[in-house]
Amino acid sequence: MSKPIIIIGTGLAGYNLAREIRKRDEQVALTLVTRDDGAFYSKPMLSNGFAKDKLASDLPMANADKMQQDLNASIHTHSSVTSINTQQKIIQLDSGETLAYDKLVLATGAVPIQFPMDGDAANQVLTVNDLQDYAHFRETVAGKKSIAIIGPGLIGSEFANDLAGADYEVHVIGPDNAPLGRLLPSEAGNMLQEALAALGVQWHLQTLVTAINKQQDQFRLSLKSGNEIIVDVVLSAIGLKPDLSLAKQSELQTNRGIVTNRYLQTSNEDIYALGDCAEVEDLVLPFVMPLMHCARALAATLTGEATEVVYPAMPVVVKTPAHPVVVSPPPFEAPGEWEVEALPDGVKALFKAGEDLLGFALTGSAVSEKQALTKLLPAVLP
Amino acid sequence: MKKWQCVICGLVYDESEGWPQDGIAPGTKWEDVPDDWQCPECGAGKDDFEMVEI
Repeated sequence: MSKPIIIIGTGLAGYNLAREIRKRDEQVALTLVTRDDGAFYSKPMLSNGFAKDKLASDLPMANADKMQQDLNASIHTHSSVTSINTQQKIIQLDSGETLAYDKLVLATGAVPIQFPMDGDAANQVLTVNDLQDYAHFRETVAGKKSIAIIGPGLIGSEFANDLAGADYEVHVIGPDNAPLGRLLPSEAGNMLQEALAALGVQWHLQTLVTAINKQQDQFRLSLKSGNEIIVDVVLSAIGLKPDLSLAKQSELQTNRGIVTNRYLQTSNEDIYALGDCAEVEDLVLPFVMPLMHCARALAATLTGEATEVVYPAMPVVVKTPAHPVVVSPPPFEAPGEWEVEALPDGVKALFKAGEDLLGFALTGSAVSEKQALTKLLPAVLP
Repeated sequence: MKKWQCVICGLVYDESEGWPQDGIAPGTKWEDVPDDWQCPECGAGKDDFEMVEI
């Protein structure tokens, strides 16, 4: 029997690649390896589970057995890859089992960024990066009243909206001047901040958490500003960084992510990468739409039709129903400036270089212009 | 009127609202949405992946 394509990881990147491969080729041998139970679920739904009324057990669309049948693939669950032998084209699992590959795909995702903090409870901070984390989070917050979210970025703001909407007392802490500081001009961030404040969210911006200590059944957060916050639960949403562990150990080229060309091919010609772990032509884009484009292109390449990935303009929707936000950030270090227009219920900010529209940030009522403006943007990777 | 949810990103298509920005009028049933319509948030195709009835 011919050696399979092996995909490491069964998140949205791994499973969508497998689905795209099967649309093109029903026969090619396909193997997936995952550290978790292999359930297929929608990761973006982890940060709005209260609004959608979804417990962790409600989220899986299919378990590993079902995916195995649907994909006509072999799925190794609860298995970590301990090493890749790139010479012999073999991976080793923690069970000791070895699997030979024809082509190998890294879809290992990203890991939460850890921020060093003092205190006897600094290690009890929760993160939510996968379904298991989400299950633990929902169990932990059940019956509790207050929660501190460290990080006022995209995921932090989504959680803040979701938890405040479920009547939790929510505190959000971070060094930024306004939420989504890295993505939005401050006028737009301020609108989101006000809307979430109206929902009850308490903002502690331009400061950091320096220490977390136990205080009876609660946590006491010490802020650099000198203030203290007492809460029942602490959630970190500082951000994610590509998981490079296997790639580095296998001496693949890495930078911020696992470096690939437009064929999603790493520095080893038989190993590919996509999704949150990958850096495609200098771009690390940990969002769903880019990985869908990558999955389609890579499926074509792996089934015999070498295909470069093309990224159109890909605006990111921030799930903050109290004040919706859509943003298409301008290219890194692009020349130009924001033109900000305040509307009665929102902000329309256009990033322009001369007459050319390079990015936008829309909030509130302005999000209705998303489709029309997206058509005017240049492709991210033409 | 039914609602359909994108299994990839969670976006909801509500038949009663349609998707006017893509020219899909309110009241358009899921089976009448063009086959080449893509999820406006994640780019998943209509027939590529299941939208589940909610």
